[in-house]
Amino acid sequence: MKPILEFCNVSKEYVLGGATRRKDNLREVLVRHLKKPLQALTLKPKEPVREERFWALRNISFDVNPGDVIGIIGRNGAGKSTLLKIMSRITDPTEGHIKVRGRLASLLEVGTGFHPELTGRENIFLNGAILGMRKAEIISKFDEIVAFSEIEKFLGTPVKHYSSGMYVRLAFAVAAHLNPEILVVDEVLAVGDMAFQKKCIGKMSDVSRGGRTVLFVSHNLAAVQNLCHRGVVLTHGQLSFNGTAKEAIDFYLHSVSGQGSHGHVIDLANAPRTDLRRPRLLEKMEFYMDGSTPMNGNLPMGAPLKIRLHFPLSKPTGNFEIGIGFDNMFNQRVFTAHSCFEPDRSHGERLGPQVFVCNIPSLTLVPGEYTVRVWMDIGVDEVDLVDDAARIQVIESDYYGTGRVPWNGAFVLKHHWYLEQTNGASTPAV
Amino acid sequence: MNGSYELVIKPRSGWQPIDWRETVAHRELLGFLIWRDIKIRYRQTFLGGLWAILQPLIAMTIFTLVFNRLAGVKSDGPPYPLFAFAGLAPWTFFSNGVSMSSGSLVANQQLVSKIYFPRIFIPIGAVAALLVDLSFSLGLLFCMMIKYHWHLTYHALLLPIFILAAFLSASGIGLALSALNVSFRDVKYAVPFLIQMGIFVTPVIYPIRYVPARFQLLLGLNPMTGVVIGFRSVLLGGPADWGLIWASLAMSVVLFISGLFIFRRMERRFADII
Repeated sequence: MKPILEFCNVSKEYVLGGATRRKDNLREVLVRHLKKPLQALTLKPKEPVREERFWALRNISFDVNPGDVIGIIGRNGAGKSTLLKIMSRITDPTEGHIKVRGRLASLLEVGTGFHPELTGRENIFLNGAILGMRKAEIISKFDEIVAFSEIEKFLGTPVKHYSSGMYVRLAFAVAAHLNPEILVVDEVLAVGDMAFQKKCIGKMSDVSRGGRTVLFVSHNLAAVQNLCHRGVVLTHGQLSFNGTAKEAIDFYLHSVSGQGSHGHVIDLANAPRTDLRRPRLLEKMEFYMDGSTPMNGNLPMGAPLKIRLHFPLSKPTGNFEIGIGFDNMFNQRVFTAHSCFEPDRSHGERLGPQVFVCNIPSLTLVPGEYTVRVWMDIGVDEVDLVDDAARIQVIESDYYGTGRVPWNGAFVLKHHWYLEQTNGASTPAV
Repeated sequence: MNGSYELVIKPRSGWQPIDWRETVAHRELLGFLIWRDIKIRYRQTFLGGLWAILQPLIAMTIFTLVFNRLAGVKSDGPPYPLFAFAGLAPWTFFSNGVSMSSGSLVANQQLVSKIYFPRIFIPIGAVAALLVDLSFSLGLLFCMMIKYHWHLTYHALLLPIFILAAFLSASGIGLALSALNVSFRDVKYAVPFLIQMGIFVTPVIYPIRYVPARFQLLLGLNPMTGVVIGFRSVLLGGPADWGLIWASLAMSVVLFISGLFIFRRMERRFADII
């Protein structure tokens, strides 16, 4: 059987600078064209056009067979969205080609083409048509769409009066009833409330079980693991892995832990301080995952974290302490690790270079970015503080081993559920 | 469903022909886009669809007062208000069509950057949606003709030709300008100015005989010259220079085809730079 999608050396080059780049300013274009004959006359060498370019995708080749459900994973900017845009025909590849052997529908966002002034009913038709449905098809599925969206009562209300949840439900309901041979989905499960998300994931698995070909991009690795049986990993625009979904996720998690925004060693000696009068005592901070694997800024939720702090003591000191604070994006302190909480600390006075190690067996903060703040106390006095010492990106992982990623709260905790044996109640007879 | 269907997505460059098969396959979407534009145009306005006729009506009143009464411009037969309105109806359609369609791609950038369908639908749909407004103002024109006891003749059956010509010219210019507007937002500022100029090089306010004979054919290169003359001739009767009309009709077809080509050439870069 021929592959339903064939990617053959697909590459995409972008010119940096977007719409404001030199070339696209009308005045510049006119001036350049007017200058041309003059330049020819004066024989001045042509001014070289210096534009910064980069390859968003480079030589992507893989096949997709009918019925494959493929997860495309990769860091932000790895080229996932560009790849989807090319196969959706929104933008052309710069090189290479894709052979598509079937009706392809893409869902790069929910509610594309929704118009706030139109009613829910009108938007179902408009959005359906934009997504490629025939009018007859929309009419025949109309009741199903409305039932799925749970907004029967508001069909006649302009969608600008909808809550964001209602809006997303309606938009997804339309999209979920698309019936293409190949479905391309980007990140759309990241929206909507919990119950509806569950319903969407259910609908998606129905779709994939129905033998349809699905390409699915998500940061929700648990969803990828649940829905997909194949996975490809993009790294800096290149295909770095192509295999089963499970292998792809493992590959991805392994690769991201080695390429964070900063190295695993942070130079604190030269980091900015707010209080300039104090001596800079804290010199260096090192991050590791388990054992000696360096942690470069990306840490899967629940993974162990080891932090090594280097500082010198110029005179014999016993009562020194180190504090490490984790602040979330809302500037809330979510966790403080402090050496004064260590019960087994028994050391006398120390002198010279020291390495203080903080071992966190499992950092159970929910996915997101955290600012790490580190300070040193001697006695009751704070003697050094680095406010923005490092950034840690906690990334999604299958912490509970269920394939479900926790969606809210500040942290995860191991917990267990079971049903108590009660009199009278029993499981139905088989 | 369609096993033999195979599409190859590959880099395109240079001039692109129109993919008619695909355009026809998506025709229902064009219908929906027109329907959307009509639906939302006058939503949450107090006067609603009345705006469609108020615009040429107010212009007619001002032109009658200023050009006819004060400046003494005479029509070539019918009462001046009828004469002006018969020119203003197609002109308003054309000028609104050009300004709506030239901004249409940028106004719909969400669609352009998130989903694929034949992009030509956006500017063409914007013009087509204005046909509703045109029919309203034609209705008003017929009412005015009754008031002025001016009779329709069977010549009015030729009107669709001129409506088509106005549609083709507005779409052609709109296609080219909307594509340019994606890269150069200068278009947004230039269009209102060009439209204002346009009314003076089109015999909307004055009859064509005011123009010296040697410039008349030059004026015929403006497709709206033929449309305005044609509208007046078939609706209100009176003389018409068919040489001039043919030149304008040919011009409208040329504009439409060039617009399509310019659009198709620039289309592949829309999503990257919009």
